Amino acid sequence: MYGEFDLTIPKTLQEAVKSLTAGGKRAVPLAGGTNVLVDVRSQRLAPERIVDLGRIGGLRGITVDGGRVTLGPRTTVSDLLASEEIAATAPALVESARVFAGQMVRNTATVAGNIACGSPAADLVPPLLALDAEVTLTGTTGSRTLALCDFYTGYKSDQRAPGELITAIGWPVPAKGSFGSFYKLARRKGDAITVVGVAVGLGLKGGRCVGVRIALGSVAPTPMRARKAEGLLEGEAPVPERIARAALAAAQECSPIDDVRATGEYRRKMVEVLVARLVNNAVQTG
Amino acid sequence: MSTEKTINLRVNGREETATIPPHRTLLEALRGLGHVDVKCGCEKGDCGACAVLVDGEAVDSCLTLAQSAEGREITTLQGLGTPEAPHPLQQSFAELGAAQCGYCTPGMIIASESLLRKNPAPSDEELRIALSGNLCRCTGYVKIFEAVQAAAAVMRQTGETK
Repeated sequence: MYGEFDLTIPKTLQEAVKSLTAGGKRAVPLAGGTNVLVDVRSQRLAPERIVDLGRIGGLRGITVDGGRVTLGPRTTVSDLLASEEIAATAPALVESARVFAGQMVRNTATVAGNIACGSPAADLVPPLLALDAEVTLTGTTGSRTLALCDFYTGYKSDQRAPGELITAIGWPVPAKGSFGSFYKLARRKGDAITVVGVAVGLGLKGGRCVGVRIALGSVAPTPMRARKAEGLLEGEAPVPERIARAALAAAQECSPIDDVRATGEYRRKMVEVLVARLVNNAVQTG
Repeated sequence: MSTEKTINLRVNGREETATIPPHRTLLEALRGLGHVDVKCGCEKGDCGACAVLVDGEAVDSCLTLAQSAEGREITTLQGLGTPEAPHPLQQSFAELGAAQCGYCTPGMIIASESLLRKNPAPSDEELRIALSGNLCRCTGYVKIFEAVQAAAAVMRQTGETK
């Protein structure tokens, strides 16, 4: 591989944060390596230091406690697929994990790495946004927790200060009977970059939609919540014209671009189709 | 910066030593040590030709730094079986003609082994998803899927998987 960098393999989180902070902007944390090493090889990324997080204990695992799901940052995509707790509490996340890259990538790629890579096509992010996930960041001065929907500040940029690491991802267990699903539109089911990703979460109470969450991938500089669409459904009866209005609103509030995989116009149309489909599925299931 | 380091790699049950810089991938290190059953394809995690087991799980060795793999248990295709005593997957790939040029075969078998350790009786859909990160440019995938299912049946009978 290309690139000249020094590699540190710390045994504790404190050492990792210290090493990353000392390295400043040219130091890069390494989790699964399925983005970072690809970028180093293609010279899109030229770090002076790579800090491998693979020998730090206690960063991988899934716990459900007190109505809250918490993931260690190095929990892999395959770990999500193997977990009964995730299957029970976050079906949309399972749907996105199933079609995430290929098996070898799923075995090493981590949840925190997928969030931190900042790609608008990061497939785990729309389901996590729909779950109201929060991320905990840890740096030299301690930890802070913020909503995932406030994490991104622009294309491939986020709230992390130099040296800060994502050290936990958590969300409240959805209410019983609530619905969650994710659909990935791509050229093939596995090992493909998403053209449009849609995650929907909602519950039904007395014939009205509650807790409506609609999150979109690959149609804006960052994964995003379709808040206008959510607002049009929240507290409303899910009648066909209401669903159609919300789906159109989602298509209007995203900002897709043309690229090698699809035109922006096509992506916008598919947002409308998929949001309507997923909401309809939810209503029929509930 | 970028200092070489002498590391021990445990490959197919044997300790080997390599002196390598930080940017050397596990793929490059293994091939440098003569493990040319690990194939170099895309070098960016798309094709799966370089798959090896690390502590029992299939990973792309092109996306693993060799120094990071020190002390881990690494298994390549040749660590699964020999021509005299082939692994059921190796046997069925040969018998059912699941290889044409053969370049993708080591990665296909490693990925299949990793799947079958977790899921001894995969559905065809589960198998397709498990092998979606392994590209074959010769045969198509039908014979490969047939060979994996045949080996899975043998392994369930002989108790090689739980």
